Amino acid sequence: MLRRAGQSLHHFLLGRKSSAGYSSYSSEAKMSRPVQARRLEGTDKNIWVEFVKLAATYSKVNLGQGFPDFPPPDFLKEAFVRALSGENHMLHQYTRAFGHPPLVNILAQFFGKLLGRDLDPMTNVMVTVGAYQALFCCFQAFIEEGDEVIIIEPFFDCYEPMTKMAGGTPVFVPLRPKAPKDGKLMSSADWQLDPAELASKFSERTKAIVLNSPNNPLGKVFSRGELELIADLCVKHDVLCISDEVYEWLVYDGKEHIRIASLQGMWDRTVIIGSAGKTFSATGWKVGWTVGPNRLLQHLRNVHQNSVYHCATIAQEAVAQGFQRELELYGKADSYFVQLPKELQQKRDWLVQSLDAVGMKPIVPEGTYFLVADISKFKSDVPDVPDSDEPYDSRFAKWMVKNKGLAAIPLSAFYSGAHKNNYNHFIRFCFAKEEATLKAANDILQKWKREKTSP
Amino acid sequence: MAFRHKNTRRIEGLDSNVWVEFTKVAADPSIVNLGQGLPDISPPSYVKEELAKAAAVDRLNQYTRGFGHPSLVKALSQVYERVCGRKIDPLTDILVTVGAYGSLFSTIQALIEEGDEVIIIEPFYDCYEPMVKMAGAKPVFIPLRYKNDGNSTSSADWVLDPAELANKFNSKTKAIILNTPNNPIGKVFTREELQVIADLCIKHDTLCISDEVYEWMVYKGNKHIKIATLPGMWERTITIGSAGKTYSVTGWKLGWSIGPQNLIKHLQVVHQNTLYTCPTPLQEALAQAFWIDYKRMDDPDCYFYSLSRELESKRDRMAQLLQEAGLKPVIPDGGYFMIVDVSTLNVDLSDVDEKQPYDYKFVKWMIKSKKLSAIPLSAFCGPETKRQFEKYIRFCFIKKDSTLDAAEAILKNWNKQTA
Repeated sequence: MLRRAGQSLHHFLLGRKSSAGYSSYSSEAKMSRPVQARRLEGTDKNIWVEFVKLAATYSKVNLGQGFPDFPPPDFLKEAFVRALSGENHMLHQYTRAFGHPPLVNILAQFFGKLLGRDLDPMTNVMVTVGAYQALFCCFQAFIEEGDEVIIIEPFFDCYEPMTKMAGGTPVFVPLRPKAPKDGKLMSSADWQLDPAELASKFSERTKAIVLNSPNNPLGKVFSRGELELIADLCVKHDVLCISDEVYEWLVYDGKEHIRIASLQGMWDRTVIIGSAGKTFSATGWKVGWTVGPNRLLQHLRNVHQNSVYHCATIAQEAVAQGFQRELELYGKADSYFVQLPKELQQKRDWLVQSLDAVGMKPIVPEGTYFLVADISKFKSDVPDVPDSDEPYDSRFAKWMVKNKGLAAIPLSAFYSGAHKNNYNHFIRFCFAKEEATLKAANDILQKWKREKTSP
Repeated sequence: MAFRHKNTRRIEGLDSNVWVEFTKVAADPSIVNLGQGLPDISPPSYVKEELAKAAAVDRLNQYTRGFGHPSLVKALSQVYERVCGRKIDPLTDILVTVGAYGSLFSTIQALIEEGDEVIIIEPFYDCYEPMVKMAGAKPVFIPLRYKNDGNSTSSADWVLDPAELANKFNSKTKAIILNTPNNPIGKVFTREELQVIADLCIKHDTLCISDEVYEWMVYKGNKHIKIATLPGMWERTITIGSAGKTYSVTGWKLGWSIGPQNLIKHLQVVHQNTLYTCPTPLQEALAQAFWIDYKRMDDPDCYFYSLSRELESKRDRMAQLLQEAGLKPVIPDGGYFMIVDVSTLNVDLSDVDEKQPYDYKFVKWMIKSKKLSAIPLSAFCGPETKRQFEKYIRFCFIKKDSTLDAAEAILKNWNKQTA
């Protein structure tokens, strides 16, 4: 996922005016003792910093960034405006720290319905600053030195530094691609865990496993069988499950998103994480939540009250109204949760076609708004550099944005340091984009192909 | 099922919290709430308008730059360059966080660890202690002491003993947390007082975490001075500010840390590994509001000054109400809180079967029987000084006239009922 800054950042980075001559007192004076805490060790590198800058500088079509370039639905924007301008100006002040009551109430209702459980909004739900902060609370609440955390590769990049910052040890297990059936395009379903390999990663030090389904970057939607495999191991080894389900509504081809917390023995050991940003196409609102048993959430509340304490009120009010609408329209054609995946599936198919037509081999995602493509055929444009530390796909992505103006993210960004070269000829595209954007991407790809095949 | 998964050591014992306890109790609308520090006055209308404008722009509903929305960090750098008289780089010297609370957390997580000691001046905003503990460090407390024997008291009468302060510093001292204007007392540290602290920071090569959220709320005869502007201090100070307090929008939860690049970069690492980015439309609206007020920083109508004037008259009114009820409030030089010694009311709570300090019991009794809420001051103290502060309670006066009218009615009737 890439954070976007847009046009303003582009100009900002390149064309800052310096301020009028203020005295700058001893700009090089520093404290003499080392200052930073050891918990930051190994967590400072961040791939997005480099790729955001490149995209801002060079890209004409940006499919790297993990957020929609279309707006949130009207009903949500209207709810936001109503909240900020209404008679109740107290919506500009602090709300309940663990979640604005209208929001936790509707989330408890909604997810209670989906999980077939009675949920208490005060103890089984907590609102966070995006799913990102929910993840942070989980790691801080449950992971410390001596603990191992199993992370399935490829993974949303923050899981690793969050584990480390909590003093834990990440233990990686890869999804491995199986060859697709003859003549068919590979699907994200073809990337699978080896059950024996997965089982071997569990030890008495294993505190948690992070599950992300639907998975960023591959788009894999774990099947019931796959989830049962993971669940059995969690129960057997008494391990927690941090279940990142931010893309829960973005599931295609009639597939079902199954919540691991609904499997036998899992409710008591699972924290479910969700995101208004992904659910309602409003990533800039940074509203997320956790759902789980009180004996786990009480510790998340502890971390939350000692780190951020309150989340912004107005967006919570608006999201609550959004969910109210969706509860009423649940399963109906008008539901945003029905319409959005329908629209995105079309965009997915469009991009799949574009890539396939030029020889990039797309892995058709079952969910999320990401798509990974194999770029082996395009290798000729970007030569191998035998002694280079940098994975091939990273050099390719950089070359592509600089020379073709098309931004995407190298798959190696989603692997641990030791494994970055294992799958280094794939790049990830985001297709939550307006038709015009996807068409422009297609034009770039077509032109590129023509240039390759002409003498 | 036996469940081996407990919480981590870092959060052990950090679960109780005065706010969770008292905001629940005071949520009853029949109670006149002068407890939690939030305004019940409206934010200025242009601030709300800017938010509406921002929300209407499609891309402002999506992620922005992680360390701070470009137009906001630019606006902040301009405002604070003017205030500090030094160049501030918007990209490297500023981090935007989820409230000043988030800045405190990012600073402490970035720069404090096991083996460190952190000096905290009592009474203190309660989160400093658990945040320092969560970072594995040891809080070292030093109280402000009341030095005046006169009848009316001012927050200026509460001072640090320089020798006592110097004794708290040693080779393990990583930082001191300064809060000026101070919550709860309302003390505005003078230049001389800041110099004492600065000298010790320089001598012991210590950081200064300066919580200045009430920086604009400073009353006549007082000046807010930024410790970072004292010689030798910029390179070792993180200065924290708050949109919630500046613009009466506590529910926006936006704050910022300003300091030298070599310190801020570590806060940025924490931020990128905790929540990555703050909400976009709020940051854009805040940036626009700052531009409006930046342009009139020479004008008395600038909100930074007009709010302060409005609050000063509320402060004076609050003080009068309390005095008329026979109490001795400590008149704050800044901030929007006022503490008052309630022991003179002689409310006997010895039969209340709780191990809680007197002020906790008093506030609970006051909420129940007088329908007026406040916050007990011992919530803002370390373990050693709870006895010293348990006769005080804290009132918040950033309230609309009708709220203060309701408080007045209760306080007027108080004497009648206990006569």
